[in-house]
Amino acid sequence: MFNTKDRKKFVEKQEQSHEGAQIQYPHRLNFYDKPPLYDVTIEEFETCALDRLRVLAEIESSFARNRPWDDLKTVTLAQCQKYVPLNNNTAVTVDVDTQRRNDQLGHFVLRLAFCRSEELRRRFVKAESTLFRVRYDSDDRREREAFLKSRDLDWIEVGDAEKKTYEKELQALEIRKAGEDHTNEERYYKVKWTRVPDLVAKRRVFLRGGSAYVPSREQASIVLQTFEANLTRALENTAKVLPRMDEDTRLVPILNNLSQGFLAGVPSEWNGASTTSDEITADMVDEIAKKHFPMCMRNLHECLMRDRHLKHFGRLQYGLFLKVLGLSIEEAVMFWRKAFSGLTDDKFNKEYKYNIRHSYGLEGKRANYPAKSCQQILLTDKPGPSDCHGCPYRHFAPENLQTSLLATYSSHGLTTSDLPEIMKTVKEGHYHVACTRVFEITHSGGGVKKGEGIGGGESVTHPNQYASRSRELEKSQQDSAMVVE
Amino acid sequence: MTSTDSDASPEAMLAFYRHLYPFKSIFNWLNHEHVPTRLFTHREFAFTLQHDVYLRYNSFNTYEDLKKQVCALNPTRFEIGPIYTARPRDKKSVRSAAFTPVKRELVFDIDMTDYDGTRTCCSAADICVRCWAFIAAAVKVLHTALVDQFGFKHILWVYSGRRGIHCWVSDSDAMDLTDEQRRAIVNSLTVIEGGKEMAKKVNVRIGNKALPPSLWPASNTLRLLFDPLILKDQDVFATESNWEILLQLVPDNTITEKLRDKWSNNPSRSSSDKWLDLKRTIHKTYDEGSVEYNRLQNALEDIVLQYTYPRLDAEVSKHRNHLLKAPFCVHPKTGRVCVPVDPLHVDDFNPVTVPTVSGLLREMDESTKNGEEGADWSKTSLQPYVDMLDRHTAEIMDGVRRSKRAAASSDQSW
Ligand SMILES: [Zn+2]
Repeated sequence: MFNTKDRKKFVEKQEQSHEGAQIQYPHRLNFYDKPPLYDVTIEEFETCALDRLRVLAEIESSFARNRPWDDLKTVTLAQCQKYVPLNNNTAVTVDVDTQRRNDQLGHFVLRLAFCRSEELRRRFVKAESTLFRVRYDSDDRREREAFLKSRDLDWIEVGDAEKKTYEKELQALEIRKAGEDHTNEERYYKVKWTRVPDLVAKRRVFLRGGSAYVPSREQASIVLQTFEANLTRALENTAKVLPRMDEDTRLVPILNNLSQGFLAGVPSEWNGASTTSDEITADMVDEIAKKHFPMCMRNLHECLMRDRHLKHFGRLQYGLFLKVLGLSIEEAVMFWRKAFSGLTDDKFNKEYKYNIRHSYGLEGKRANYPAKSCQQILLTDKPGPSDCHGCPYRHFAPENLQTSLLATYSSHGLTTSDLPEIMKTVKEGHYHVACTRVFEITHSGGGVKKGEGIGGGESVTHPNQYASRSRELEKSQQDSAMVVE
Repeated sequence: MTSTDSDASPEAMLAFYRHLYPFKSIFNWLNHEHVPTRLFTHREFAFTLQHDVYLRYNSFNTYEDLKKQVCALNPTRFEIGPIYTARPRDKKSVRSAAFTPVKRELVFDIDMTDYDGTRTCCSAADICVRCWAFIAAAVKVLHTALVDQFGFKHILWVYSGRRGIHCWVSDSDAMDLTDEQRRAIVNSLTVIEGGKEMAKKVNVRIGNKALPPSLWPASNTLRLLFDPLILKDQDVFATESNWEILLQLVPDNTITEKLRDKWSNNPSRSSSDKWLDLKRTIHKTYDEGSVEYNRLQNALEDIVLQYTYPRLDAEVSKHRNHLLKAPFCVHPKTGRVCVPVDPLHVDDFNPVTVPTVSGLLREMDESTKNGEEGADWSKTSLQPYVDMLDRHTAEIMDGVRRSKRAAASSDQSW
């Protein structure tokens, strides 16, 4: 799939299985037991993986936020629609084959990225099987049955004689009203009890001699368990053969980046910056900061105002953020000149102006540097003892974080009673979930409910996304207020 | 019990380990074969020394090595843990990823302290023959469930030396269970939930439906025990505070008002009388088959479970890497040996009369005085218990031999 040596092998295999015109992806659901057998470009390789990673990271956030299953499903389906859409066979206007191919490719790339430690494997299996379950639940009934028929799921249908023997017990499992006799129609499948631990735990199956009698409506449990077990085994195997992959030096950094992003709980860069950025001026920054900035930027802003200075990484993190927020180069120079009020013009022009222009792509190699994402802030350039940059949720001592949160956001509605929940997610390492929760609390006045995140249940993955969403909310509130008038 | 019977002094313990502890039987039981396998060599042993020093991650090549170390350390007790991917004693030298628990007996722990509120004879750490009846009920219910529902065959019950009982399941299927599967078994067998402040501790129904079928056998067994044990022997509803708890479990104010009046005026009514009062009042108040009637019948069924169903210490069972005291250890407070208990005769077991270290050492002295060669458990009252373990192990080994033979013959067919 990924290098020339392997490519040849895949082609041979493909030819063997070519018996006439064969549909490549007959089903929407996929157990991913066949790897992609075609060439891919490095761009496709990365894009498909990143798209899928967004969905998986949102699933992890949903767990961290204890979202009820129905909410998780809604949020995940919305994310899938955006990044990894999969339509039913009946969809005629879309190219389902390409959708399914991308779905398969993304899954297999992430396998490579996530097979490398026990922790990554465990989390990947959990997120992937949740994704599978969401899709299984939302699949067309007939297509799902066709998919199940195509698989050998190693279950035995319970025969009539046995159904008769355990009639009472099986009837008691029914969720239908008492009195209605449906046992004869209901189908049951016998599997080893260890394959349906969730149903055993909830006493939703009848057990005899180590076998679980599973009503057909609980079939999903068997299917999911099989999916999980297969994937776990496959990942362990991939981990064993992976060292050979390291030959391809183009892939290693991509894979590293993917797995690190997942560990930070943040998939990648947010790139919706262009949607709102009206120009802002240097004078406006202070007010916007107090209304719309996430904790990290509030902290940098306060430090800058207090110390009349910021160290290198702080300037970089804050400066790029302001640039994406809509501060033009002229306004940026003005802003920083004012902020560094202790410096002479000469010193400012010599030592700082160049760097500001550089970050706007006007000097040096003239690159248009993007603002740092949560992932970069969390993982790179760890702040030293006198630094102000970084992510406060991760880099502040718990007591300091609580004090700062109250000082910063109590005027936006955050109270001490909100802190335990926030600190719990911080302690579990879900920093972006904590940040998202603060967003929800401080924007509840604008109608944001718990679990909604920065819109559609999505979590904060970029400081600019936080600020931009906050400004949007304010704007729409002002608009509707005007309508009322 | 004489005062010296509870003696578990270091001297007594050392003599016990040297001469009486059945190391070889324990080895065979853990190892499933006569030649040491990973089931023994990669198995964790943990020692609790005098003054509560705790030594973890010990492992041994043979039972002689284990015995040598036990005699050298003279622990107050030792515990048995899981089989790891590497030898536990090499833990420091292997990568942590390469050191994970892979196999472990499925274990259960039932402790009498969790029965306070349903027994009146003793409280906290105490135990008498009368409260053993609760443990006996627990053994019957769990043993039946493990055999009939989960299909396990090799189940060993061991008295914990004081106020409870341990259960070890050695089937190879049980050894291989993941933590998730262990949790599933525990959840399916856990019926009593909620702390002291929770009146109704049985909540296993969906709405007002019948009990889930997996609890039917338990309910049938315990229904028969409720009358002799809870009503007659323990007379649980004698005091006002206790019959008030009973009334809280009856979800019908008409009924409870009537009964509260009646019982307050006749405080001397026995528990059996009160139970009868409750059943009769339900009969008189509601028509058989009506919704209210059915709901109250369900409540009665739940009350029986609440007062008799086994209380499991769930944490012990849920994780492969949990340690549990080895059979035949000595409880430091009582001096009693943790002997196996025959589940078929669990009613006849009396925790107060099990062999004690000092008693056994006395028996050993007697037999040496009588000029018998050597000195070990075969000349003491420990013998029937060691025999019981050996018989149990023989069945495990039989199973292993059979499945090896089956595997070999299916290999040949290729
Ligand atoms: Zn007692």
